[in-house]
Amino acid sequence: MSEFLQHLVNGISLGTIYALIALGYTMVYGVLKLINFAHGDVYMVGAFGGFYLAHLLGVNDSPSLPKTLVVFVGSMLICGTLGFLIERLAYRPLRYRPRLTALITAIGISFLLEFGFQLPRWSFMPFDFPPGPTPRFFPELFPRTIWFNIGEVSISNYDALALGVAILFMVGLEFIIYRTKFGVAMRAVSFDPNIAGLMGIPVDRIISGTFILGSVLASVAALLVSISRPRIDPIMGLMPGLKAFVAAVFGGIGNVPGAMVGGLILGLSEEFVAGYMLSSFRDAIAFAILILVLLFRPEGLFGRITTEKV
Amino acid sequence: MKALLEVQDLDVYYGGIQALRGISLKVPENQIVALIGCNGAGKTTTLRAISGMLKASRGSIRFAGEQIKGLRSHQIVARGMAHAPEGRGIFLNLTVGENLELGAYLRKDRESVAKDLETGYRLFPILFERKSQIAGTLSGGEQQMLSVARALMSRPKLLLLDEPSLGLAPQVVEKIFSVLKDIHKTGITLLLVEQNAHKALRIAHHAYVLETGSVVMQGTGAELLASPEVRKAYLGD
Repeated sequence: MSEFLQHLVNGISLGTIYALIALGYTMVYGVLKLINFAHGDVYMVGAFGGFYLAHLLGVNDSPSLPKTLVVFVGSMLICGTLGFLIERLAYRPLRYRPRLTALITAIGISFLLEFGFQLPRWSFMPFDFPPGPTPRFFPELFPRTIWFNIGEVSISNYDALALGVAILFMVGLEFIIYRTKFGVAMRAVSFDPNIAGLMGIPVDRIISGTFILGSVLASVAALLVSISRPRIDPIMGLMPGLKAFVAAVFGGIGNVPGAMVGGLILGLSEEFVAGYMLSSFRDAIAFAILILVLLFRPEGLFGRITTEKV
Repeated sequence: MKALLEVQDLDVYYGGIQALRGISLKVPENQIVALIGCNGAGKTTTLRAISGMLKASRGSIRFAGEQIKGLRSHQIVARGMAHAPEGRGIFLNLTVGENLELGAYLRKDRESVAKDLETGYRLFPILFERKSQIAGTLSGGEQQMLSVARALMSRPKLLLLDEPSLGLAPQVVEKIFSVLKDIHKTGITLLLVEQNAHKALRIAHHAYVLETGSVVMQGTGAELLASPEVRKAYLGD
């Protein structure tokens, strides 16, 4: 029983992480019909942004909650800016080109970030950047304590924070998308950008906003992962990025609740497969799910079948 | 009479194909102007070029005295032009109420937006009944009413309407046209594209006949209704 509970707790916390990243994929797909393959690398930048900020603030010597807050907000700003710039400089000039062009550009941006971060330190940089290929260790932002035990399963303040923050951001996003003017505009743009323009909606600004929002969620996910699994490196975004992409497709790409549910199901199935079967199947399960979804329900759980208009 | 909209020598290309060849037209303030013609004559393209959905490669578009050619759609809306596009352009994934609110996207004056929302619902009571419903569940006629009501939410000086009668039952067409007349009475200028030439010419002060991307004839609605060429080509006599 306690084993089951432990897997359940792990699965939910992993699932919320996938959900946070998957939301970025799905929102960008919603407004641009583009799979932003650089999204996993924005996640990586989020972790490194937090890493550098933590060192700058001297978290190693004196960890504290206010500093944690600064690290989170700072990293969110960094990623938001990065997401904005990627869209503005790489995707927008290609907006009216064949969709494949933008997709390949996304892969290019992904490589640029992954390999750019693996370069040796630039001599003119005041701090250790780029970090190079060796893994770094994300510092402990605040002291870890056990909050309570359920049987033999112990819940730490880290677990509680991760779950709480992830849920907070998802609820916040739901609010933005379904209750604010920006959200209505975003849904309108995702339905038809040309008609959205006729309503007076500044389509480019909404698209920028969508990238910023998605990138902020990716940075939150990265920090929540890094505090409990502190090894970070420039290609750390690859696997979570791919799996979150699977989660988004599973839920129905372009569908916001779908990304959340898809992420949770993926995280849970990964933990249970690793726990009860073989831990080496951990990564295989995500892609097995992808294959099954594509075979039997390509539009995803919540997706609608769309036929190409001629 | 002062022209609210003045289009001169407009050329539009789709890739290598020329869709508009030097279109010129004037829409005087407080009038109803109609564009009629067959499928593919360039009526929809003309409206799209005016509202900034398409780029015109040559020519000038002046709205309320200002050159608006090259502006983006949302900037043109801000200047007081609304466009109820071909195929109604309803956001089928949003509710009826959200669609209407989007029509007022650029307006900050919440109170008068709420008042206009009421006016819209009074114009088309069926929309009020369905305001929390997803717009995709509306019938064609209801979607057309929503399209017109939504375009009015921006408080436009000029309203472009693309085939408001397309695919609708005769009673619904009657209803839409009677509302268009009411809208015109409130001081809004209309530029109307129609395949239903009969109806369009009946309410238009002035009309243009388009053929393969050019204006081939123009006159008052009554003149064109009486013209033998128009009767033969577009009214089925």
